Amino acid sequence: MHKTIAEHPTLADKFNQDEERVNWHDETLWWVRAKRDKAAHTLPEWEDLRNLASQIKHNVLSNLSEYLIQFEENALKNGIQVHWAADAQEHNAIVKSILQKHGVTQIVKSKSMLTEECHLNDYLQEEGVEVIDTDLGERIVQLAQEPPSHIVLPCIHKKKEEIGELFHLHLGTPAGNADPQFLTEAARLHLREKFLTRKIALTGVNFAVAETGEFVVCTNEGNADMGAHLADVHIACMGIEKLIPLRQHLGVFLRLLTRSATGQPITTYSSHFKKPRPDQEMHIVLVDNGRSRQLGRKDFRNSLKCIRCGACMNTCPVYRRSGGHSYHNAIAGPIGSILAPNLDMKDYADLPFASTLCGSCSNVCPVKIDIHDQLYKWRQVLVKEGHAPAAKKAAMQGMAFTFSHPAFYRMAGKTGKWFMKTTPFMVNNNFNPWYKQRDMPEPPKESFHDWYKKNRKENGHG
Amino acid sequence: MTVGLFIPCYVDQFYPKVAIATLELLEKQGLQVVYPLNQTCCGQPMANSGFEHLTQGCNNLFIQNFKEVDYIVSPSGSCVLHIKDHLHAEVGKEEAAATHIRKKIYELTEFLTDVVKVENIIARFPHKVGMHQSCHGQRGLKLSQMTELVADPFSKPEKLLRMVEGLELIDLNRKDECCGFGGTFCVTEEAVSAKMGKDRVKDHLEHGAEYITGADMSCLMHLEGILRRQNSKVQVKHIAEILNSYA
Repeated sequence: MHKTIAEHPTLADKFNQDEERVNWHDETLWWVRAKRDKAAHTLPEWEDLRNLASQIKHNVLSNLSEYLIQFEENALKNGIQVHWAADAQEHNAIVKSILQKHGVTQIVKSKSMLTEECHLNDYLQEEGVEVIDTDLGERIVQLAQEPPSHIVLPCIHKKKEEIGELFHLHLGTPAGNADPQFLTEAARLHLREKFLTRKIALTGVNFAVAETGEFVVCTNEGNADMGAHLADVHIACMGIEKLIPLRQHLGVFLRLLTRSATGQPITTYSSHFKKPRPDQEMHIVLVDNGRSRQLGRKDFRNSLKCIRCGACMNTCPVYRRSGGHSYHNAIAGPIGSILAPNLDMKDYADLPFASTLCGSCSNVCPVKIDIHDQLYKWRQVLVKEGHAPAAKKAAMQGMAFTFSHPAFYRMAGKTGKWFMKTTPFMVNNNFNPWYKQRDMPEPPKESFHDWYKKNRKENGHG
Repeated sequence: MTVGLFIPCYVDQFYPKVAIATLELLEKQGLQVVYPLNQTCCGQPMANSGFEHLTQGCNNLFIQNFKEVDYIVSPSGSCVLHIKDHLHAEVGKEEAAATHIRKKIYELTEFLTDVVKVENIIARFPHKVGMHQSCHGQRGLKLSQMTELVADPFSKPEKLLRMVEGLELIDLNRKDECCGFGGTFCVTEEAVSAKMGKDRVKDHLEHGAEYITGADMSCLMHLEGILRRQNSKVQVKHIAEILNSYA
């Protein structure tokens, strides 16, 4: 299991050492955000669709247990084997038991953020199982032995030259060749061999339909289909919040998902899986892993509406300038910052503070999660639970006192300005994080309060 | 109608000119403006840092200062939003006054546009000006349309700026990108905050801004710090100063 107690500001500071790279990262993701805007504006009913999606998910969350049972019944009728996992460990053990039953030690896996959340790759590797990620971006980060930095664009932090180097090392492509077309072709050939020889394929799930017991997997590369269609066993892993009540609701979500994610009208492949082929086994693993706990947190339950489009990351000015890995969680960015503290408040106490609360995330969210309001609320919870640094706590107590006592506040203001004027070196030094890259404001000769007393005597009261 | 002038702590201490311009601008509209002398801070720095439970002292003070005026007006969208969303009386005490304040507090440009319904302003500022849309004013108070939404555009601050003689509003690549100030974020996440500020400044400079304006002095303070560090001639000016100037 991971247990990195690295804080966002430290990791973001490191990321910012290479400013050119930050510019490139920022512009690449802004370009995706701009594509999303363009796609959204082609639908005059966009805001209505968001409302509708949010309401459908509200219904799902309010009746989750019933929809889960309905889904299980229908899936079983379809011949799918249904498994329930309370947490990541159970999920991983269930996957391993299916592999063991078939005596398989090599599998292909399409993109699934749930398996990232459960650290399935590490687990299976320790159990002697080889997992090949078949999504191109995921395969790249897998070769680099890194986690994905974005839920939709897992290797968005890598430049094509770096990918060329990785492919040269691992797939034997010529050194120095960074042509995307060529590298994609090389990956395609490399993956084809894996698709043809692996007997078990694992996929994620984008939507599971309670009414029919089927599930839908959305990819742009067709790799999930290739894996699932060629394998004897298809294992699909999903968080329990992925349910939608009716098949007709797919029309709402499929229209929103990819427009929000990449600006495309729809994913290249939106594949429906309802029942196993003759002689095929199909398994679905329904995973809780803290979701029912989050459902019980009134202020944070809406976070479970997330359909994992990544729009909040692309629009987030902090994410764009700190990189996905600075969030040290499977799901980065604003949505990750409200999901992660539910998993572990201590490990992820820094994340709700990695935001300016600008609110852009809530505005792009296709299911209208109040992301920035939840970030604010998590801050209150985390401080009350004792996860604030002692120095910050002391500073806040000092501020609270000063601002509750007007005479003291005025005196402190005068003293502060006097110090800034007479001894600028007291504030203009590298112990002051403001001063590192910014000048301090010029202290004026008097405060507005003093000016007002002199110039508007007749109106003053209090 | 009596208008209570709420001047945020950092404006009081560092930018008295902004407060004076706000006061004069409101007085020019023939309004009776009072400035309660015992005001300090709205409490937002603590609340946004997760210490909302330490803000009751600020809240009590705010209620005492402003419970008797008809409207409260402030040249800072962020502080106004904080009061609107989070001002509460102590349990069982003066909740009616707190509710009155939450409903009647306005950011300066929305007050001029929506309450006073200003149709023309006698002001002259013959310069190229970039408008920085501060997030809390824009997305919180809805002072202008947000680029993320599929909806008709509008902008209360820009409507006012277009009344200023000689002023040329420049376009920006990213109309409503956050500047990275973010309250205590500017020091706790220094690297990202400064980078965001630099990028925000760059967008204005690339479009030929001589001045950067906005309805929130805190963002402008951050951008000013970056401009000065770069020895830039470009200056920041709060929108109240521009609307109150005749150059």
